Formats: sequence, C-alpha cells, structure tokens
Amino acid sequence: MKTSLKVKRYNPEDDDKGTYFEEFTVDMEEYNTVLDALIAVREYEDESLAVRCSCRGSICGSCGIRVNGSGALACKTKILSVAPNEETITVEPMGNMPVLRDLVTDMTPFWDKLRGVEPWLQVDGPEPESEYVASADAMTHLNGVMSCIMCGVCVSDCTSLEVFDQFLGPAALAKAYRFVADPRDAADLSRLGALNEPGGIWDCTRCMACVQVCPKGVAPMDRIMKLRDAAIEAGFDNTPGARHAEVFTEIIKQDGHLDETMLTLGTIGMFNIGRMMSLVPIAFRALVHGKLPLMYPFTHVSQGVTQIRKIFDHVEAKK
Amino acid sequence: MKYAFFPGCVSRGGCPELYTAVISVCEILGIELEEMTSASCTGAGVLQEKNLRLGDMLNARNFAIAEQMGLPIMTICSTCQGVMAQANSRLLADPHYLAEINEPLADEGLEYKGTVEIKHMLWVLLEDVGAEALKERITSPLSALKTAPFYGCYIVRPTNVLGFDENPNRQQSLEQLIEIVGAEVVDFPGKTKCCGFPILTINENASLKMVANHTGDAQDLGADIMVTPCPLCHLNLDGFQPRAASKNKRKIELPILHLPQLIGLALGLEPKALGVQQHIVSPKKALAGLGIRM
Repeated sequence: MKTSLKVKRYNPEDDDKGTYFEEFTVDMEEYNTVLDALIAVREYEDESLAVRCSCRGSICGSCGIRVNGSGALACKTKILSVAPNEETITVEPMGNMPVLRDLVTDMTPFWDKLRGVEPWLQVDGPEPESEYVASADAMTHLNGVMSCIMCGVCVSDCTSLEVFDQFLGPAALAKAYRFVADPRDAADLSRLGALNEPGGIWDCTRCMACVQVCPKGVAPMDRIMKLRDAAIEAGFDNTPGARHAEVFTEIIKQDGHLDETMLTLGTIGMFNIGRMMSLVPIAFRALVHGKLPLMYPFTHVSQGVTQIRKIFDHVEAKK
Repeated sequence: MKYAFFPGCVSRGGCPELYTAVISVCEILGIELEEMTSASCTGAGVLQEKNLRLGDMLNARNFAIAEQMGLPIMTICSTCQGVMAQANSRLLADPHYLAEINEPLADEGLEYKGTVEIKHMLWVLLEDVGAEALKERITSPLSALKTAPFYGCYIVRPTNVLGFDENPNRQQSLEQLIEIVGAEVVDFPGKTKCCGFPILTINENASLKMVANHTGDAQDLGADIMVTPCPLCHLNLDGFQPRAASKNKRKIELPILHLPQLIGLALGLEPKALGVQQHIVSPKKALAGLGIRM
C-alpha cells in the first residue's frame, strides 16, 4: 500500500530553511508501523532524515514522536491505525522539548526533571542481613508505574508544561510516585514536601493527555492524583491546591452540589486580601451578567443531601 | 426519547444560561428530560484527588438513581461526562469493588447494578436525535459563521472509557454539529487541550496563558465564535478572557457559546431566550453578521 507522510523538518545547519514540512510517499505493507515508514523514507527517499530509534519493539523508548498531533511511539503505531484509508500521516517531533534535528528532540530537560525527584530508593535504619522485604501486593501495585520506559511521550503532550516549563511533568511525577508508594522507601515526607512546591503535583491540570498517549499504560495523571492524596494525608495541606480539594469536598458534603463562589474564597483563603481584591473586577462583571446568582448558596442544595452526607460518614467511619 | 437529566453544578451556578438553553432546545427537539434532583456532584475529579472511593460511591449513587428511574443519563458538561464515565468503568471492571461501593447505598434502598448509559447532550444530538433529523429541524442556518470547536478534556480523554471504539464519530462530534447548523468549522491546535480552569486558583498565570493561546489562536485563524460542550471551560474561556488577553498582550475578543446555544440559534430561538447576552465577551457583533439581533 502507498503510505504518505508529511514530515516536519529542521536542520540547525541550514538557517535559511527554518522549520518546514516535506511530503514523502513510500510502499508499505499492512502490518508496518509509522517507524517502518520513516525508516523507508530514510533508506530510499532522503538519507538526511533524522529519526531516533533502537529496539523497534516498544521497549527502549527512543522513537517518541507526534503522529497526527498526538504523542506516540513510532514503533508501536500501526500505519493502518492512523491512516486506514491511506490518508497522509503528519509526523512531527515531540512537543515541550527543544528539537535538535527533524524528529530528534533534546531530552536534557526530561532527564533533569527526572533526576530532580531523586529516583532511587532511600532507605533508613540498619541494612537487613539479606534483602529488603516488600509485600507482593505492594510491588504488584507498583508494576504499572514501573512499566515506564521514559520515552517522553507524556511530556510531549502535557498541556501544563506547554505554558509553564517549570512544571516537573507527568514522567518525573509518576517516577516520584513509584518511590513514595514503595514500602521500602523511607523518604516519603521529604519527597512529598518537595513535590508540594510550585511546579510540583498541584500544577497538573488533570487533562488526561498523558494517560491517553502513554504507550505503556503508566497513567501518570492517576499517580499524580495519588501523590496529592498522600501529600494532604501527610499534612501538606496549606497550598491553594490542597485547599481547593479540601474545600471542594467539604462543600459537596454540606450541599451535595458545588458552590463555585465558596470554592474560590476557600481556596484563596479569606485573609489573602491581595488575591481576593484581584478577583473583585471579575466577580463584579459576573454579577452584572447574571452569572453569580445571589440566592445561590440557599437554593443550590441537592434534595438528596441527607443521604449524600451519610456516604461521607460511612467513608469516615471506615478510615 | 427520555433522559434522566444531570445538569451538573455549573449550569445551576456560574453558567445559568446553559440550563435555560438546554431546556429550550430539548423542548423543540422532543427530548424529554426528568431532572435528577436528588443527585450529587460527580466530584469533578477534584474530590477524587482526596478520596477516589468516595467519588465512586457518589457516582454509583447517581447511577443507581438513574437505574431506578429506568432512564439513560444525559449530561451537559464535559467534566461531568468524563468523571462519570471513568467511575462507571472502574465499577464495571470489578464486581467485588462494585459490591463494596454499593454498601452505603443500601440505606437509601439503592443498588447500582451496572446498567446505566451516560451520554453528553452532544452525543445525544448526533446519535439519538440523529444528524439527519437534526438537519431537518434547522430553520435558521448559521451560514458562514466561522466557529471554532473547544471540547474540554474529559469528553475526549481517555478514549477507552468514553465509548470511542464503538462510536468513532465522537472524535469529531463537535465539528459535525457545527456543520449541521450550517456554520463553518475553524480548526485550531488547542481544541482538545486544557482550558486552564482546573489550575486557575493554583497557577493563574499558566491558566490565563491557556485561555489566551486557545482563544487568540482560534481568532487569528479567522474564528468569529467558539463553541464548547463544557461549562467549566466556558467559565475560563469567557469569564477570564479579558484578563488573559491583557496579561498576554494579545488583542482577543472571541465570544464563547455553550453548545445548546449554537443549536438553539439555528433552531430559530431568540438569542435572549438562550441567554447569550449573559456572556462576558458579547457575541453581538458575531451574530449581527448573520442578521441576528440581540
């Protein structure tokens, strides 16, 4: 079958051209992957095409790119799955990292952030005589997150990193969870304290882009949510993010429904006068447009609130 | 065509015009709604940060209420849709977990049996009313209104819990609806990205940058208007657009419509009856181009 690729090109040695798209058509079989097609382009069409790959079996994590706008491993993406009717496939380098040449990105920021979460076991106390013991359940639980092959695809599509480059990002945070959830690790408190800082767990937008694109089912965002829970439980509850989750939950317990005004006030903190004043013009505008119903706190209670509160009590009692 | 109507918190709070528009549009299209007045918030993914099981219990209770009503649920918020779909997928995956989650519901005589169907209005319009039937009802096509779609994360990700395998058209649902009402789709890179609302109180600069990127890029590509099936996205993209524009030094004035408002206009409903005058960024100019007066 004919496979057409529209490839984003960039050669740092050729300033005149800058970044541009180039189209190639190659003959492929139905079982081939996007990586096979790119290699065919390099072999038979243009040997200057830069693409990074090694294992071709979704193990090494080298061939992260963007296929039709979404992060993916080129070797795991079947041509038929993205171009069932021989549509042109758009191929670009991963996002949220500098491009070195064509489809090859500079992973330095990725590795720096990963090192930043101290991705090694930090034990405490005397060394055991034989091995450190961890329960089978605990390690089975970690299997998913340990499947990470550090390909960078989740980082490529992270919507928070796109606007805030200090964010640690999904890969580093998932790796942090791998150690926080490891029963042998004794550094939970210092880890959670560091992750609670700006750029850490609370800067994730919960957009699920990382969950969607991860080729190994790591579900980084789910791990970030677990880190948030662990941080609050460990007493790191005085950040806007932690207050947001706390106040939100409290409002649902009280009313069954959300009251956005109370949520905003509670999250900012009643004594944060500066931030509060900055929201006055927004609130005034909303009021004028009938978007801030004044009777709202009194009319917005679910008819099932008694039963809803009982569910909260049930969960509390089980703790 | 009858649904257990789950309006969500925002359509009864910060976006009351959405509720009004849904009721008017459903009436015209013969979509019967029975509101789930005793339901709770889905947790919006925020409550789940603190306690996932609690979130699953609240959603299982809502599902059990719909089962008792004998109706599929219709949502009007991408976030409600996604959070419910994720909860349902966890509940259906493990009968033991479902039994545990059902425990506190017994007190109310409820038990979630795992049969509920959860559909956003966007999908109800395309899959249940049907594209052809909907087209026949369009009396005032929004010809040449350049419209940028903005989905909201939870109605597009993760695809495996949102029924995209069985209904692949859901990937392009908003574009399809824009075409059905006679408008022109303006594609832009941010249409399935985060609107920034979830981090508004945590990292306002990052949140506003997202608003400026999406609305500004869509406008630069020629959009007259943007449409979204998510009221949370609407709160940020509309309510914080003026601040986002000034902070990011971009000149942006892109009105954001709720999905049923776009449909309502094409069904010939009065703009005021749809509450379009309640938006912070007025759609007056964009609609005047179609001869619609506000």
